Amino acid sequence: MAIEQALPGVLDGTALRADFPMFERPHRSGRPHSFLDSAASSPKPRAVIDAVADTYGHHYANVHRGIYELSEDATGRFEGARLALARFIGAPSEREVIFVRNATEAINLVAYSWGRTNLGPGDLILATEMEHHANLVPWQQLAAATGASLEFVGITDDGRLDLDDMRSRLARGPKLVAFSQVSNALGTINPVAEITRMAHAAGALVVLDAAQSVPHMPVDIATLGVDFLALSGHKMLGPSGIGALWGRRALLDAMPPFMTGGSMITRVTLEGTEWNEVPWKFEAGTPAIAEAAGLGAAVRYLEALGMDNVRAHERFLFERAWAALGEIHGIRLLGPSDPEEHAGVISFVLDGVHPHDMATVFDSQGVAVRAGHHCAQPVMLRYDLPATTRASFYVYNDLDDVDRLLEAIHATRKLFGKA
Amino acid sequence: MDNLYRDFILEHYRNPHNQGVLDPHDLHFADSNPTCGDEMSMTIRLDEAKERVAEVAFDGRGCAISQASASILTDELTGLTVQELRDLDPRGVVENLGVPIGPARLKCALLSYKVLQGAVIGGEARWPEEADMLTDAYEGGASP
Repeated sequence: MAIEQALPGVLDGTALRADFPMFERPHRSGRPHSFLDSAASSPKPRAVIDAVADTYGHHYANVHRGIYELSEDATGRFEGARLALARFIGAPSEREVIFVRNATEAINLVAYSWGRTNLGPGDLILATEMEHHANLVPWQQLAAATGASLEFVGITDDGRLDLDDMRSRLARGPKLVAFSQVSNALGTINPVAEITRMAHAAGALVVLDAAQSVPHMPVDIATLGVDFLALSGHKMLGPSGIGALWGRRALLDAMPPFMTGGSMITRVTLEGTEWNEVPWKFEAGTPAIAEAAGLGAAVRYLEALGMDNVRAHERFLFERAWAALGEIHGIRLLGPSDPEEHAGVISFVLDGVHPHDMATVFDSQGVAVRAGHHCAQPVMLRYDLPATTRASFYVYNDLDDVDRLLEAIHATRKLFGKA
Repeated sequence: MDNLYRDFILEHYRNPHNQGVLDPHDLHFADSNPTCGDEMSMTIRLDEAKERVAEVAFDGRGCAISQASASILTDELTGLTVQELRDLDPRGVVENLGVPIGPARLKCALLSYKVLQGAVIGGEARWPEEADMLTDAYEGGASP
């Protein structure tokens, strides 16, 4: 195991666990937590918790307002986090990074602000069958509100986007194409740059749901070429309640505000209002100040590990787990088998055992996995499954977590009489 | 957990009672568990006076808890009046499972009850308040 750990880029997940106070507390079974549900939300390293506590404890006041030291201090931390995040995702300017609560709010911002201004009857929105509900329901609502139509690109049997289907639907001239870089339900890594080129050639703008990719692999907006990108802080070691939308400056400048009120204005009279510049035009009211500082700390933590290394680490664990799981009788693994196209997320079903029951047995052993439809019910429908069990890896996981996963599956099979 | 999957539960899961669809039937409803998407339907045939349950069946696929709960619940319904179906205590449905049900699995245990209420009162049926649903046997999963 020591030799395997020395593979290029593979991290020492066991050692990194010491950075995360959550792992100090054992599971009720007495064993350490084997946390395999980072695709839902990740534990926080001490650096992030400290940044939040320190902001509230010693640097807190409202931002962008007070002409006094504490407010300038808080504003510096808030805007410093924006700068750090912009650099992390390769945004041309930090002014293009809008703080929101999460990726869901980021996508809703685009749907409400850009969508209701630019779409009408006869227009086409293209999403995919692979999407999380966060990148699906807002487009349904937008279509219903504007009279635009909404179509979905299909998925292949092995969990890839059907690019032939994509091409034929793009030929109908959609105005917007929305898809995810990594599927939370299947683990598929989509070819973002290629799809974006196809979409742009067809005259469409691209909205990328990067909630499952930014935490786990290098993401560079300039390389991807997309027009909007949505992410959540809580999946990338940051606090909950903070996420971001990145958008091209020219698009953001032309868009009306999403929510209105304080701090997003430059001048208000009883007759009317002038909007502030981006990003503040889209940040009405007092934002999540300490949480933004925490997200900045999460970015610095990930940068110190190196995103190439994070990706290599998860790929290593994926390959080991995929190979071992594949040998289990009665198991069905979803998504592409090629590790180039598969993130550290493994969705599977086992004959004769419902995923909920599996997750309960796993929990009895201190192994935390997600069981359900993963907020992607159309994906479940596509594969005629009510639900799947999903194990997802992050920096604090290691080969011992793969062993714990296998052990839990064998315990489940024994209990349900399929040993 | 080993308590949760007692042989009694697994036996009902493997060989559920009253599974199927009654045709014709007098009452019917289908619903799903919002946490996992599992779907369940129930069909009920009443006696000739249309007063009491003559036969009941449930259909659908789901976890051991939801299937065992439906199997156990439907065993107890024959002979009850429609009003008695309406007045069933959801606490009793959970308690009849005889195993500790934690908050994460409560909706699995209550899906059959929810579908039954739907069959009796229609789409107005609501999930019971969860706060007083946790059985006394459940002592909480968290370590102190």
